[in-house]
Order: sequence, then structure tokens, then C-alpha cells
Amino acid sequence: MDDKKQLEQFEAKIAAGLKIEPKDWMPEAYRKQLIRMMSQHAHSEIVGMLPEGNWITRAPSLRRKAILLAKVQDEAGHGLYLYSATETLGVDRSELLEQLHSGKAKYSSIFNYPTLTWADIGAIGWLVDGAAIMNQTALARGSYGPYSRAMVKICKEESFHNRQGYEIMMNLAQGTPEQKEMAQDAFNRWWWPSIMMLGPSDDKSPNSDQLMRWKVKMESNDAIRQRFIDRTVPQAEFIGLKVPDADLKFNDVTGHYEHGPINWEEFFDVIKGNGPCNAKRIKDRVEADKKGAWVREAATAYAAKQAKEKLVA
Amino acid sequence: MNLQQAKFEYLLRLGDSSLIIGHRLSEWCGHGPILEEDIALINIALDFVGNATSLLGYAAQVEGKGRTEDDLAYLRGEREYRNLLLTEQPNGDYAATIARQFLYDTYTFFLYEELKSSKDETIAAIAVKSHKEITYHLRHTTQWMLRLGDGTEESHQRLQTALNELWMFTSELFDMDEVDGLLINEGIAADLDKVKAAWEKRVNEVITEATLQVPVTNIKQKGSREGKHSEHLGFLLAEMQYIPRSYPGSKW
Ligand SMILES: [Fe+2]
Ligand SMILES: [Fe+2]
Repeated sequence: MDDKKQLEQFEAKIAAGLKIEPKDWMPEAYRKQLIRMMSQHAHSEIVGMLPEGNWITRAPSLRRKAILLAKVQDEAGHGLYLYSATETLGVDRSELLEQLHSGKAKYSSIFNYPTLTWADIGAIGWLVDGAAIMNQTALARGSYGPYSRAMVKICKEESFHNRQGYEIMMNLAQGTPEQKEMAQDAFNRWWWPSIMMLGPSDDKSPNSDQLMRWKVKMESNDAIRQRFIDRTVPQAEFIGLKVPDADLKFNDVTGHYEHGPINWEEFFDVIKGNGPCNAKRIKDRVEADKKGAWVREAATAYAAKQAKEKLVA
Repeated sequence: MNLQQAKFEYLLRLGDSSLIIGHRLSEWCGHGPILEEDIALINIALDFVGNATSLLGYAAQVEGKGRTEDDLAYLRGEREYRNLLLTEQPNGDYAATIARQFLYDTYTFFLYEELKSSKDETIAAIAVKSHKEITYHLRHTTQWMLRLGDGTEESHQRLQTALNELWMFTSELFDMDEVDGLLINEGIAADLDKVKAAWEKRVNEVITEATLQVPVTNIKQKGSREGKHSEHLGFLLAEMQYIPRSYPGSKW
């Protein structure tokens, strides 16, 4: 079968709502785009463990500590699951990690911001996981089987992450004046980065048409952002926090919130590597990898000895 | 010392050790040698925090002074902590963490086995739940003892060094005092002589299987039962307790 015919069949399958599986024919551009998206997603999960892991040893109660541990464990699990899903496209984890360590691969820009106070742990769960859910429920309808199934599984855990974060914020917002200030400060710092993490606005985002047709992308960044804002603003108001956007207003006609101008310069600057924590995050990952090298070598050597013994026995 | 005081003290010893070693393990989060290990260590740390919460919660109840498990965890100082010295030793390299964990897991494996039949129902129930978790922990750390001991020259050396350095903290695991005596009489606490025999047998087997040498030392570090710790604990508690101590009376 020639490529043209295969492409037609591929597109027809997607149009009919069927999933593409690892062994199916797929255009090279589709495979490449998925590897890029899925590995970025996997990297985001494990880099995201760092800003949150930063507070595990300082969590202010045993209950909060247990919840945070469980959440970060989930994120590590998501990373593992997504690396495996990406491997179905013919690339292995070590290669993907190499790209992360060398700075060639990206991860979500949001994790380049620091977690400065305990309230940041609330803000991340509420806003960052909240925004991620919006994005991932859309991706769960995507055309690539392993990725779409990963999203369904992951989304279930994300809603627990989102709830625990909101609960932390609610508790602080209703606490002492110091706690309330802590909550508002964290909200001020995380609001815009969370809005931006959903990606550049549609006029700045290239080659979306084909990706939409192939169901690699399911919705435009702006549409997802709108849903996130519409859902989050009332939640902020409910616990008495002020959205740090002087231009924010509700449009009675459309039924949507309209936000002020987004500082895309900052967004692209952070992506380029100039965020407050880019260097630190990569350094931490590279160091963990280096310090773990002898451990992985030992495990490999031991497994080889065991296999040999089995052959002899 | 009456029975209630002895029980309170005993629960602190068990609960504090879980809390502190769980804290140490959680320090690895995001920095483990491979993603699968990150997941395993967080999972084990989570078990310890859960176990500490149950034990300290019960301790607070036994004490009957209106304190909670969080008060006990966050508002006691170095001299009031009763965790074993072994549990507060720093993570070091992965070999040091695995060695510390293996020695401790083997200890709790046999200790909680005994506690499952404690005449105190709450302790027995906590022990039943924990023993299932510990069985998994011990399997995990034993596997790593074998991998590192019988892996490469480097991993072998590192693990042997770690064992040698930690060995002086092991004799303390089996010390018994008035608290133990009182509670053993009541069928509540475990006889640590019995635990010691089982521990030595298992630890020797695994160390030998891992092609390592059982360390020999006359140095015996002790003091945790009187709240005399190594210098490491103060830093650990300063980090762990800083929020509740900075904002007294606040709820989180
Ligand atoms: Fe996640
Ligand atoms: Fe999450």
C-alpha cells in the first residue's frame, strides 16, 4: 500500500473515532509530535516532584504530610506510566531522559517557579493540577490509544490533587490573618503562571490544524484556558481570595470571564530557560541521575549474574 | 513508674522511630537513583508516617492530657524524642540508606511480629496492619542488599562501608529497661531478647548472601531512651517543626 492510501485510511480511522495503536501505521509527523508531547508530559510529572517535594519534610501536620507524600507518589507514577506509553512509539526512557538533562526536551514552564511558603503547596494543587485536569480531560479523547488511556487513568488521580490543594487554600484563607496573607500571596504568584501553562494563545501557536484533525490536540489553548478561568474564579471568590487581575470581569452575554492581558514575554522567557528555577530543576535532575549511576550499574550487574546462574543451574 | 506512664513511653519509642525514619526516606523524594525507587521510597515513607500517626495518636490518648498526635510530633524537642539513634542517621549515599533501612526493617519485622499478639488491643491492631507493610519493606530492602552487595566492586565497597559505619547503632535496638520490663510482664510489649536472636540470624544470612562481611565493633552508641541523640536530630526537628512552632495555635 502506498503512503497516500495509508494516510487516507489513518485519517478515516481517526475521523471515525477509532484509536491508533502502537503497531498501526502512522505518519512520521504524528509519531514525532506524540513523542514530543508525551515525553514533555512525562518530564513535567517528574520535574514537578521537585517543587512539591521541597515541602514534604516541612508539612505542618502529619495528615498534610501523608497527603502530600501520596500526591507526589502519584506524580512519580504518572511519570513512569507516561514514559512507558511514550516507549510504545519506539523510543526508550534513557533517551528521553538524556534529552531532558541536556535541555533539549521541555517540561511544563510552571515548575520553574519556586515554592516559597506552605501556601504554595495549596496553590499548586488547586491551580496547577486544576489547569492540568482541563488539559488532560481533553487529551483523554485523543487518537493515540496508549496516551488517551494514560490520560483517563491519570485524570482520576488529578482530581484528588486538585481537591487537596483547594482544601489547603480554603483552610488558610479562613485561618489567622497571617495564614490568609500567605494564601493570597501564593495565589498572586501562581495565578498568571497557571493561566500561561495552558500554552500560548491560538494566534501564537503554529500548525494547530493538522494536529486537531489527527486528534493529537483536541481543543485550542484559549478554549481550555477559558474553561479553567470560568471554573477557578468562583472558587477563589468562595474562599475570599482576590484574583490578581484588575481587568477581570464577567461578561453577562457570553457567560464567561474576560481576563486582562497575559504577559507572554514572561512565558516565552521562562520556556527559554530564564525562569527563577530552570537551572536548579535541571541541575537537581542531572545530579540525581549522576549520583544514581553506580546504583543502576550494580542492579544491572546483579541481574546479569542471576541470569547466568539460572542458565548454569 | 506506673503502667500508664510506661505505655506512653513505649508508644513514643515506637512512633518516634517510625516518624524519623519516614522523614529521612522522604528526603529522597525526587532525587532517587531511578524513578521506580523514588516511587518505592515515597511509598515506604508514607507507610511510616501512617504508622507514626496511629502510634502517637494512641500515645496522646494514653497520656490523657488533651494533646494530639500533631502536638507530640511537632511540639516536643530533641530531648523528648525517643526514636532510635539508627533512624536519625543521615541518608548518605544510596548504600547508606539501604543499609540503615535493611537493619531497621529486619528489626521491626520481628518486633511487630511479636506485637501482633500484644494484650493491648490497639497496639495489636496497629501491629497487624504494620506488619503487612513491613513485610513488603523488608523484601524491598533485602533485594537491594543483594543487588548492591553482589553487584559491582563499587557498590560492594559502598555497602560494606555503610554497614561498618552503622553497626555501632544496632546494639541499642535491643536494650531493655524498666518500661520494657513492666510491659512485658503485662504481655503488652515485645521481649527484645527474642527479637534480637531472630534479627541476628536473618541479618547475618542476608549479609553473607550479599557477599559482605558482618561488621565487628565494640562501640555501642545508645541514649535514645533517655532522649540523648546524635547531633543530627536537632536539625531534622528544626526543619520538620518549623511551621507549627512559627505560628503557634494555627490549624493547617
Ligand atoms: Fe500528574
Ligand atoms: Fe497531579
